[in-house]
This record gives sequence, C-alpha cells and structure tokens, in this order.
Amino acid sequence: MANTLSNLKGFFRRNPLGGASLIVVIFLLTIGITSDLLVGDGQNGDITFTGWSETQGDYTYMSGPPNGDHWFGTDQTGRDIFSRIIMGTKRSLIVAMVSVAAGTSVGAALGIMGAYLGGKTDLIIQRLLEILQSFPDLILALLMLAAFSANLWTVVFAISITRIPLSGRVMRSAALTISQMDYVLAAKATGASSLRIMFRHVAPQCFAPYMVLATAHLGVAILIEASLGFLGAGVPAPAATWGNMLALANAGSFKPLWWFVTFPGVSITITVLAFNLLGDALRDEMDPRLRGRGL
Amino acid sequence: MTKYLLRRLLYSIPTVISITLIIFLAMRVIPGDPLTSFYGPGEVSALTEKQRANIIGELGLDDPLYVQYFRWVGGVLTGDLGKSFFRTMTVGEMLAHRAPTSIEIAILATILSWVIAIPVGLTSALYKNSFMDHISRLATIFFLAVPNFWLGMLVVVFSVLVFRYHPPSWTIQLWEDPLQNLSIIWRPSVIIALGAAAPLARMLRATILEVMSEDYIRTARAKGLDQSTVVSRHAIRNAMIPTITYSGVIFGFLLGGSIAVESAMGIRGLGSLLVSAIAERDTLMAQNLILIYGIIWTFINLFIDVTYAIFDPRIRFE
Repeated sequence: MANTLSNLKGFFRRNPLGGASLIVVIFLLTIGITSDLLVGDGQNGDITFTGWSETQGDYTYMSGPPNGDHWFGTDQTGRDIFSRIIMGTKRSLIVAMVSVAAGTSVGAALGIMGAYLGGKTDLIIQRLLEILQSFPDLILALLMLAAFSANLWTVVFAISITRIPLSGRVMRSAALTISQMDYVLAAKATGASSLRIMFRHVAPQCFAPYMVLATAHLGVAILIEASLGFLGAGVPAPAATWGNMLALANAGSFKPLWWFVTFPGVSITITVLAFNLLGDALRDEMDPRLRGRGL
Repeated sequence: MTKYLLRRLLYSIPTVISITLIIFLAMRVIPGDPLTSFYGPGEVSALTEKQRANIIGELGLDDPLYVQYFRWVGGVLTGDLGKSFFRTMTVGEMLAHRAPTSIEIAILATILSWVIAIPVGLTSALYKNSFMDHISRLATIFFLAVPNFWLGMLVVVFSVLVFRYHPPSWTIQLWEDPLQNLSIIWRPSVIIALGAAAPLARMLRATILEVMSEDYIRTARAKGLDQSTVVSRHAIRNAMIPTITYSGVIFGFLLGGSIAVESAMGIRGLGSLLVSAIAERDTLMAQNLILIYGIIWTFINLFIDVTYAIFDPRIRFE
C-alpha cells in the first residue's frame, strides 16, 4: 500500500499533466457510475441531484438558456441538458471501455497467435487484419451498424471491430521478439502445449504495449461513438448521447442556440483529452526508453 | 523491388474481393423491408401482393443472393454502378455530381495540413522545451481531442451569428464559379486540416528529435557544419521518411473524418451522401460508396508499405 502510494506520488511528480488527467478520468468515471442516482428516471418525481430525468420535458421552459433550475439550459422539447450530459457520460464511457477492452483483446490474441504459430496461421491472420483495415474506422462502424439495428451493444460491437487491426499488428510485433526468447524455448522443451505457452508465457510479457494501446484507443473510441451518434447511427433517441445531442442541435435550425452546441462538444473534448494525456503518461511510465520523448 | 511490388499487388486482390463480400452481406442483412423506406410505412401495407412482387422484381431483389452479388460486381467492373432506389439519377451520376467537392476538400486539407504541421513540428523539435514548443504541443494535444464535426458546427454558428453568412445549400462546381466554390470548401478544409496536422506535427517532432540524437548528426557537427546545414541537409531528409508515409494515413483519416464534417457543415459531398444513403436504406448507393472508400483505403495501405520499402533499404527485400 505504502509502495503504491509512493509510486503514485512519483507519477504525479514526474508527470503532472498525466496526474491531472488521471484526476479528470476518475471524476468522469464517478459521474458515469453514479449517473443513475444523479439523474432521476422521471417516474415518481423522486428528488435527485439534477432534479430532472433525461427524457422529461420542462414545458414551461423550452429552449431556455442556463439558469438555476437547468444548469446547462434546456433543449427544443424542454429536456434538461445537464441531466442528458450526465447520462451521455455514462454511455460514452461504457461504449468506449467495453469496445476497447474487447477489440484490443481480440486483436492481441490474434497478434500473439500469429507471431507464435507463424506459417499459414500467421498469413491468414495477417490477411484478415488487412481486410478489416481496408475500411476507414468510421465507415467500418457505419457498415456494421447498417447491418444490425443500433443499440448500445451493437455500437459497442461496431467500434470494437474497428479496434482489432491496429492492436493485432502492434501485439504481433511485440510477441515476435518474445517468442524467440530462451525461456519460451525452455517451456517448449518441458512439453508445454502451444496454447499454454502463448497465454501463460508470451501474453503476460506483452502487457505493457497492451495497456498503452488500450488507453490510447479509449479517446479514439469516444470520438467514433460521438461521430456515429452525430450521424444518426449511434445509440438511438430518446437515450441521450453526446453525439445525438449535437445532431439535434444541428437539426434544430439555422441558428443553433449556444448551449445546445457547447456542452456536448466540451464534454467530448475534455474526456478525449483526459484519456489521451493519461495514455501518453502511461506510455512514458511503462516504456522508460520513451520517457521525455514525443509529447 | 518489382517482385515485392507485384506480390503486394497480388495480395490486394483477395482483399478487395473480401471487401465486396463484406459490404454485400452487411447491406443484405439490414433489418426492415426495403420498400418501407421507399413508400413509407403507411403505403407499404396498402400495396397489393402483386404490386409488391412487381417492384421487388424490378429492383432485382427476388434473385438469389449470389446472382445479386455477381450482378453488382459485374456492373461495377463494367462501369455500371446501378440505379439509386429513390433518386432519378443513377449512382454513377450522383457520384459525378458529389465527388468533386469531396475531392477538392481532401486535396486542399492535405496541403493545408502539411503547411501547418511542418513548421510547427520543426520549431517544436529544434527548440525543444522552449515557449513555442510548449504552445505547439498544447495545440497538438487539443486538436487531437476535439471532434472535428463539432468544430465545424461552431464555425457555422459563429459565421451565422457574427457575419450573418449562410453557405449556399446547393452544389457549385469549381468550373461553374471558382470563387463561390472556394467559399464553400475552405471552411471544412481548414477544420479537417487542423485535425490532420496534429498527429503529423507530433510525429515530425518525435522523429526529428530521434534523428538529431543519431551518431551521424554528431559526425556532421564534428565536421564543422553549422546548425542550419545539419538540419536541412542531414536531419530533415531522414525525418521526412516516416512523415511522408504517414500522410497516407492522414489521407485515409480525411476520408473517414470528412463524413461527419460534411454533415455538420451542410456540404454536399460523398460523405453526406453516404450517410443519407444508409439512413434511407438506399442499398446500391451505400454499397458502391463504401466500396469506393474501401478500394481507396486499400491502395493507401499499399502505397504506405511500398514507400516504406522504397525509402528504407532495411525492409526493401523483405
């Protein structure tokens, strides 16, 4: 415990920007986890932090600017934008974290298998990754969502597919060097099966690049989720996401009101910024060779 | 080298075939009756069985899947992209109408991203930890995080509120009225370029820093060369290799990124066409558009690999 604490202290000292982003990420996670408590369900008028649900309209105050009752104002149908931003935080974080965990892991498994088994398996896996890579991320996700009707989990699926190729490539190159090491040969000599060697001996050594990749992907995943929502292919209304709130703002009129446009966009930017900075800090920590390089 | 190039080209054939299969299958499992979006939910139930069968037959939707697939691929190969479900124009005509705007934006944005990224990356690396370095790194981090379509919306709102400027909501081609055309495309181009310049500048900075610590740079200095010669003759040359290759990635980024920006700013290009085609279940239109994006992207990947092989002798005869 004392050790963890001093490690953390060292991290904050070496990388104050990374430390600040860690605090922001923890704050966002707290909002995401407690979102259902902060925002009411609008059913029995129970008292919640925001005082409104994400779908309940305040018909006395439609398209209203921020005030004491609605901190971020209301949208065209009088829904509280603050409550919708909070629910959007939850959805963005779920989509980003689950899709990145799934996509990066599948990619890692494919990459490690290709590197260790080599030969035909490697060739097939490489071609598979290449096919997935033949579409720009957003278009691949759009295509997947055209095929399956959009809900939270199909969005997660669509984004996780786009995370596979890069992870597969990076993890393959990491696993290639490790597969050549003597201790892997020793494990082979003891008669361990390929599966056991890959997942007990090679995979754990690939943990550092895996973590760096995963954190770096979180920001990208949030941007894709927001773009999908904006293009009307994301989690469908009335559920609020930052992307579909922006789409609503854009559809509204030629003169969108500033609080329609500002709050969702700022939320996306802050979240992506925090994850990117944390990813950079993590890369510096886990790969001392890179310390002080890049950004 | 020729052998390597040929092998890579050969490899891209199964890739392109797989792309067509994935697109075709994905577009066939789309939920819902294709006629619903055509006629609206009310009228589609009013159609008699016979009318339905006629329309489905006319659109060729009653043929077995493999017949539909080969008809599509055969059509694409002979330059016949088929008819849009809803519009009177054929898919080919729609593309010819919409593509120029998107291509102009992509080219302008690529040039602008270079114009922004190269000085920023160079200054940042050569004056490491200076005030300018900190500013440009902050800007880089910011533009990597901000969604470009949101930036596009902000620009539209700002132009409307401050300058009372509305971009025209119809297409004006470059050859019809160059000035008007430019007035439509410069805003999205700048926004996309800012987003693309950020990773480019970051990459350039990292590479130059890496190159500057190499032994041959020390040798060049030891020969008595001054800083500017060392940088321009020795460092930049090697640092440009990954940067040039990376602009392939940037171009792909432009392809995907322009979709949301076009929709945000009301630009009538390929991206906004794709979004409405998917939303309206205009299968053939969406299918062909995604295929175009897929093929371009495949060749960008090919280009990246080949340039690596050309510039870096270590992987030339891999």
